[in-house]
Amino acid sequence: MLEVQNLTVSVEGKRILENVSLSIDKGETYMLFGENGSGKTSLIMSIMGIGNYQVESGKIIYKGEDITEWPSYERAKHGIGIMFQRPPTIRGLKLKQMLEMVKRDGKDPLELAEELNFTDFLDRDINLGFSGGEIKRAEILQLMTQDPDLVLLDEPESGVDIVNMGLIGNSIRELLQKDLHRKREKSGLIITHSGYILDYVEADKGCVLVNNTIWCTGNPHEIMDGIRSHGYEECLTCQR
Amino acid sequence: MFEREDLKEKARQAVDKKATYGEDINLDQFDRTFVSHKYLAEDEICALPEDEQKRLLMSGLDVTDQGRGGTYFQKDTTVIHCHSDEEGIQVMPVTEALKKHAWVKDYFWKLVPVDQDKYTASAYFELHDGYVIRALPGSRSVYPIQACLYLDKENLQQNVHNLIIAEEGAELHIITGCTTSPTMKRGIHVGISEFFIKKNAKLSFTMIHNWAEEMDVRPRSVAIVEEGGLFMNNYVCMKPVKSIQMYPTTYLSGDNATAMFYSIIVGSPGSKFDIGGRTYLKHRGCRSEIIQRAISNGGHIINRGHLIGDAPDIKAHLECKGLLLKGGIIDSIPQLEAHVEGVDMSHEAAVGKVAQEEIYYLMSRGLSEDQATSTIVRGFLNVDIKGLPPNLKTEIDRVIEASDRDSM
Repeated sequence: MLEVQNLTVSVEGKRILENVSLSIDKGETYMLFGENGSGKTSLIMSIMGIGNYQVESGKIIYKGEDITEWPSYERAKHGIGIMFQRPPTIRGLKLKQMLEMVKRDGKDPLELAEELNFTDFLDRDINLGFSGGEIKRAEILQLMTQDPDLVLLDEPESGVDIVNMGLIGNSIRELLQKDLHRKREKSGLIITHSGYILDYVEADKGCVLVNNTIWCTGNPHEIMDGIRSHGYEECLTCQR
Repeated sequence: MFEREDLKEKARQAVDKKATYGEDINLDQFDRTFVSHKYLAEDEICALPEDEQKRLLMSGLDVTDQGRGGTYFQKDTTVIHCHSDEEGIQVMPVTEALKKHAWVKDYFWKLVPVDQDKYTASAYFELHDGYVIRALPGSRSVYPIQACLYLDKENLQQNVHNLIIAEEGAELHIITGCTTSPTMKRGIHVGISEFFIKKNAKLSFTMIHNWAEEMDVRPRSVAIVEEGGLFMNNYVCMKPVKSIQMYPTTYLSGDNATAMFYSIIVGSPGSKFDIGGRTYLKHRGCRSEIIQRAISNGGHIINRGHLIGDAPDIKAHLECKGLLLKGGIIDSIPQLEAHVEGVDMSHEAAVGKVAQEEIYYLMSRGLSEDQATSTIVRGFLNVDIKGLPPNLKTEIDRVIEASDRDSM
């Protein structure tokens, strides 16, 4: 589904990713760990093709095509979707209008909003006055309406209370077809700082970003346990 | 005939008086002679050329009259159609009303000072026509009344005087469009408007300007709102114009009177706008809100707003927001003036550009950069106007949407 090859990225002349490589197969969920400022968000922004992230070298291959130079809207149209950690407020643009713009065939935004218990927010300006949990639900609702094949999630658990976390966790499971044991088509790359999302969504692989590059790859639960026991410094010694 | 000596003398003294704001215009360069046009029946209005119909529709005038409670249609200096379908709502040309009804004199030049400047003086001495729209006590307009002031003759100075009266307990909705014919380039429109919103009456007045690039426009408006009355004034101008200067004033002269102003302006290259609004809150419980949205594509926009709190327990808010898209100047001048304790007055002013992070966000959802920008701009213009009948809200949205497509 996705192959990132030796990716080096800068923003306004400052290098923020260094020689990063990872590979996600169809149906696979990949968990990305790392402390604040390690480059996690930069990596998924680069995969999404957000404008100010400049690829200096390396490639992004998606469904067999080199998309390194594609603008983000082309990537979105071809099935890449992103949940922002801190999305902007867009005054005057109603959530309902946004869903109409992004919906994929066969998806009814109103039904999905009901599923997420979010119909009261459809006539509100996007993210205006939303709480942390409401922002995440709005992001998830947009993603479910988009129905992407590759889902990029930036810290879905941050700022979310325990009740909302269950709702969001289940929605992510649905997005990633976690209830299908075979023929899973959707892939995911999930950033987590705390690891709480692992309580809701099973991941196939995990890696740690330290100092803007990937240091450690392996079983996500083992990685998380290692980080909890020894901190991120331990990752610098890991040769897996 | 309907001249009063004192008015005449005052007007005479103001014929050369420059306006406080806006560039001075030499009125001698324009033609003010009457232009005769044939009165049109309803089916004849529907037979107007398609390009004219389109311009009329862009200004809110639907030639089919569907969803409208009545129509006033003036071309150059002549009324070419006037009728009302609504019980209790009167629509008539002001010159005819002054001849037929003695009560009209009680409203004519009662609020707008005739000696305000050379434009009011000119409208006094060389009045062409204008409308009287009056809702009788307790009446309610189901559909909005539409009015159109249309200019076709090149280099014309159109002088109109409008009286809008919502009697006690009445509810009246008006959508008024001012526009030029597709071929007209240059002229000036001078419009005097006096609004009377009586006790517990409600008036929504939506004005859509759709001028030509060489048009100068000088409206002069004053409103008085009595106890429990509500005045909603919406203004949309998204097409090029040479200059518009206006500074409507509203007096909230009874307890719990309310005035709401919403304006949406797009300033194209070469256009100069000096748009203001002033409300005096003179009694307990009065409310006023001025919401302004301005976009400059290279034009010069001055947004003035002045709220004057003269009584305790009043609440007033002024919101001035500007967006620079392709250069130009936006100058926001909000002013709050409190004279007594116990007032609640606030303002919020911001001028900026389209935020890059918002563009990136929408692009990540599959919108191209141009689509993302126009979506954000449309959102910026999407002012939630509360209390309008749904069909009028839809109408305003339609005009903004259509203008937006052409302007951005």
